[in-house]
Amino acid sequence: MRAPRDLLINLGLAALVALLFLASVYVGRGGELLTGKLAALDATDRQLARLILEEVRLPRALLGLLVGGTLGLTGAALQGLLRNPLAEPGLIGASSGAALGAVLVFYFGLATATLVPLGGVAGAFAALGILYLLAGRNPSIATIILAGVAISAFASALTSLALSLAASPYAVYEIIFWLLGAFTDRSMQQVWLVLPFILVGGVLVATSARGLDALTLGEDTAASLGFNQTSLKLRVILGTGLAVGASVSVTGVIGFVGLVVPHLMRPFFGHEPGRLLLPSALAGAALVLAADLLVRLPVDGPEPKLGVVTSLIGAPFFLWLILRTRREAD
Amino acid sequence: MRLLLEGLHASLGGARVLRGLSLDMAGPSFVGLIGPNGAGKTTLVRAVANLIPFEGRIEFGGVSVAALPPAERGRRIAYLAQNADSHWPLSVERLVALGRLPHLQPFRAPAAADAAAIARAMKSADVARFAARDVLALSSGERARVLLARALAVEAPLLLVDEPVASLDPYHQIGVMEVLRAYAREGRMVVAVLHDLSLAARYCDRLVLIDNGRLHAEGTPAEVLTRENLRAVYRVGADIGGEGATFHVTPTSRTE
Repeated sequence: MRAPRDLLINLGLAALVALLFLASVYVGRGGELLTGKLAALDATDRQLARLILEEVRLPRALLGLLVGGTLGLTGAALQGLLRNPLAEPGLIGASSGAALGAVLVFYFGLATATLVPLGGVAGAFAALGILYLLAGRNPSIATIILAGVAISAFASALTSLALSLAASPYAVYEIIFWLLGAFTDRSMQQVWLVLPFILVGGVLVATSARGLDALTLGEDTAASLGFNQTSLKLRVILGTGLAVGASVSVTGVIGFVGLVVPHLMRPFFGHEPGRLLLPSALAGAALVLAADLLVRLPVDGPEPKLGVVTSLIGAPFFLWLILRTRREAD
Repeated sequence: MRLLLEGLHASLGGARVLRGLSLDMAGPSFVGLIGPNGAGKTTLVRAVANLIPFEGRIEFGGVSVAALPPAERGRRIAYLAQNADSHWPLSVERLVALGRLPHLQPFRAPAAADAAAIARAMKSADVARFAARDVLALSSGERARVLLARALAVEAPLLLVDEPVASLDPYHQIGVMEVLRAYAREGRMVVAVLHDLSLAARYCDRLVLIDNGRLHAEGTPAEVLTRENLRAVYRVGADIGGEGATFHVTPTSRTE
């Protein structure tokens, strides 16, 4: 049986995530470690250092954990639901909707630590609502994909419109930087704001595991195995929309993680979508935490944006995966 | 064990496919569902599996299938779709294991009973030898047997199979029919949509001939496969001969 092996790899991934999380809290610019210095500092400085840990590093690490986990989990779930290895969390339009919502907050000059994520969540909800209206009560997979693509394209067009009409160059700069995706300058307040959405969304998706496994054999067979297809689609799409929408709202768009991570896990866990959910969530968190450590390494100059880095690593890696798969097929 | 259909109506894309079909069958039995293209065979099977909306009554074992909770229905009625296939390159064993999904307890790992059922299903469909192989790398005959094993693994008292031998060579056709007959002999009911009338005649205990959404004839193969019925329903003249294992039906000409 493969169950003990699965457990072992999952535990290994969880340990890796824990390690990277601690590193994310304690490692700073240029790879400087904070722990060693704490002892050497006097009382006031130590208080300052603790403040940095609690107010700056901890939310950054927590967001890396939550957002990475969300992207991995929902990427695996959507690939299973849509039975398409190219599906990714952005496909259903919730992330573009969230991005647009947040951009509009910037556009109208209302940007605060609370209003940006709130705008993003509202945008994600709007996108999901439109998806529901477009796709109807019992949509086919093709309808979901088409409607999602249409919503994404429309939201992206509106985002570009907001950029081109923005009153001040400063607003444009702010929007572009936010869109690139980053965990810097985020607060615990923002973590608390998005946490409920990510948790509810994550539970909705994670509890769909067996239904997604059944979908391996197509919708009719899955229904004959006792899985109501309407409720399965609703749960996965709503859960993905909530969790990804909330993630994008607070960190901007982090590309390629949701697409690549399930492919990374398939050699170890096989292709059953349900079995891939937990490892993909863990690997997503590990990947994003690692990438966020990577962007801190340069000592001078501006930090590269996290979303840029994940795409820079993700895209070539994905090409390599495609080439490898093709070679295996030949 | 009784399958009861009463005044069954169902539509497909606005067109009426089943028009007041009634049927009362007692099991255990291997039932062949035959009829020309468009007669409503697939629609009938899908209605019994509760996959499409229908009017009328469908009862299995004295219970309305529409009223059963989904998971319970999944345990009582197994369904193998026409042209069923796997969307992911699963190993044969993992694919067959999907048949146990209706039996799993929430948040619990599969039990020993599930592993035993998977092993039984793989043995009866003769796919245990390649349990570890990727199902998408198998030949279509082997893959058909794996998908059949998946449906057997449910160990449901009613198994519905839609054209299980349509794309298979004679060797695999006979293999699949033998598996289905053996499954029925273990005290279950199997309803198979079939186009090969000779195979249906040789392996099925009873045949149900439907035409234009209604029941045309029901009974033993010799009772149903008569020249009159074939002319009326299939619009063909046929050479019918032999009995038991050599019973054969060879359509010879179109009548019009």
